[in-house]
Amino acid sequence: MSETALRGDLRLIADMIASGSRVLDVGIGDGALLKHLVRAKGVDGRGIELSPSGVAAGVAQGLSVIQGDADTDLEAYPDLAFDYVVLSQTLPAVRRPREVLLELLRIGRRAIVSIPNFGHWRVRLALLFGGRMPMTPIFDRPWHETPIIHPCTIADFLGLCDDLSIRVERGVAMRQSGAADAFLAHDPWVNLFSEQAVFLLARN
Amino acid sequence: MQQGESGLAVVDGRVEMDAPLRLDSGAQLERYTVAYQTYGRLNAARSNVVLVCHALTGDQYVATPHPITGKPGWWHEMIGPGLTIDTDRYHVICANVLGGCMGTTGPKEINPRSGRPYGLAFPVITIGDMVRAQAALLDHLGINNVFCVIGGSMGAMQVLQWAAAYPKRVFSAVFIAGAARHSAQNIAFHEVGRQAIMADPNWRHGNYLDHDTRPVAGLAVARMAAHITYLSETALHRKFGRNLQDRTNVTFGFDADFQVESYLRHQGSTFVDRFDANSYLYITRAMDYFDLAAEHGGQLANAFRGTTTRFCVVSFTSDWLFPTRENREVVRALNGVAADVSFVEIESDKGHDAFLLDEPEFDRTLRGFFKGAAALRGLP
Repeated sequence: MSETALRGDLRLIADMIASGSRVLDVGIGDGALLKHLVRAKGVDGRGIELSPSGVAAGVAQGLSVIQGDADTDLEAYPDLAFDYVVLSQTLPAVRRPREVLLELLRIGRRAIVSIPNFGHWRVRLALLFGGRMPMTPIFDRPWHETPIIHPCTIADFLGLCDDLSIRVERGVAMRQSGAADAFLAHDPWVNLFSEQAVFLLARN
Repeated sequence: MQQGESGLAVVDGRVEMDAPLRLDSGAQLERYTVAYQTYGRLNAARSNVVLVCHALTGDQYVATPHPITGKPGWWHEMIGPGLTIDTDRYHVICANVLGGCMGTTGPKEINPRSGRPYGLAFPVITIGDMVRAQAALLDHLGINNVFCVIGGSMGAMQVLQWAAAYPKRVFSAVFIAGAARHSAQNIAFHEVGRQAIMADPNWRHGNYLDHDTRPVAGLAVARMAAHITYLSETALHRKFGRNLQDRTNVTFGFDADFQVESYLRHQGSTFVDRFDANSYLYITRAMDYFDLAAEHGGQLANAFRGTTTRFCVVSFTSDWLFPTRENREVVRALNGVAADVSFVEIESDKGHDAFLLDEPEFDRTLRGFFKGAAALRGLP
């Protein structure tokens, strides 16, 4: 995977990770991020992936990947086993987002979480005027097929971090154009115009 | 060294060990022999060794025809030039386990004290003892570190034991369809097999070789019962269903009316030609006794604390002998010490024996794992 081929949100995540660190990627998908981190940043990387074919594909690329999911398989890891634990676009799909978020910061010194923003203006308009669950470039599957069972907005996510005494060290929001805005606290503008956001989190 | 038909460099080796082997039971073998096969060439740095650990009824004839049955090696589709375990790149070693019957010291060999076959005078051995004997073989061969130790079923138990007992000697470990301890159900199946052997009047309290006889009926039944556990209901149904064997109606007798009966009888009768009944008792016992967590204060993770070995764990969906659940326990223990581990459950309806058969996804996973590990080890 060349530098330029990394998807925009994955590039934002990669930029938050120090070279040579220990990283657990929860939900590796096609393995693009993990492969990039291992090859280009010399990271000691591990992955967890739900789909058996995704795991096999990851292992076949030489990555260390186990079949499992965020809800049940994080508890086996010891405290602070990793420098970073990455959860990319997966939080709204887990059964217990709160507990998963706490687990990320138990086993990692830092967590990097990216979420699709349900507060984006397209989503709001679709529901307001269409009267149906929104279909947008990010929320691109019908309500009965989407794995997203806990959709949230950037504001919701920041609220949960606050409740759990989680510190947001960096926040980067991405607009549809691909432009990125840095933010740290709730900003109605960011919440309205960003399609997704990436957070670097630590425990208070 | 001989050249196999495909240009495969094969060594049929046999080493008489003169240092005694201390056993977990407290007993000691003063002298013992380890019989082994090697394939492919050892590189100058001695860093390209793949140690294969065989299963209960396997042996060292992994990639070349079996000397008794003439059948292809039990993993000939996995090991060879250009194959997943590529003998053009790796030096593959497989030793017959301690207690076995293909040349390594076991109950059918001569007891130096009595001058007669050991029989039940052979000490009870463990998976740990088997691995200790293999380590002694590697010492003898001047091999300090193995690039990979790999095995399925009882072979997987040995892999785990290797990684726990000699962490510095094992760069990577592939654990296939195994468990960190033998389950009650598996001990129960083994006991059925052992009782079948011991109930055969020709067993003669283990001294059948002195009487020039062999408990073939008992051993065949043991094999038949065990063979069922290696398959799956789906595989049996697909292969045989309720089909009748060379007849159009049932015979209202106890002949092998059904194809599945005929198949099992065949499995039993061919097995006895190549396997020793007492070896079967001893090796099944070694598996029953295996419980790696118990040796480490009840915490499996303790067995791997500080390990730098790269692990790959593979299970199969239809394996009910060593189900995914038990393989996953090994993964969880390795995660518990943040070890480098990959784990895949392969979709297959072929049961436990899937690891011996052609499963493309399994093959793809192993090839990838080997590629990644070889790159880290600096192997071509």
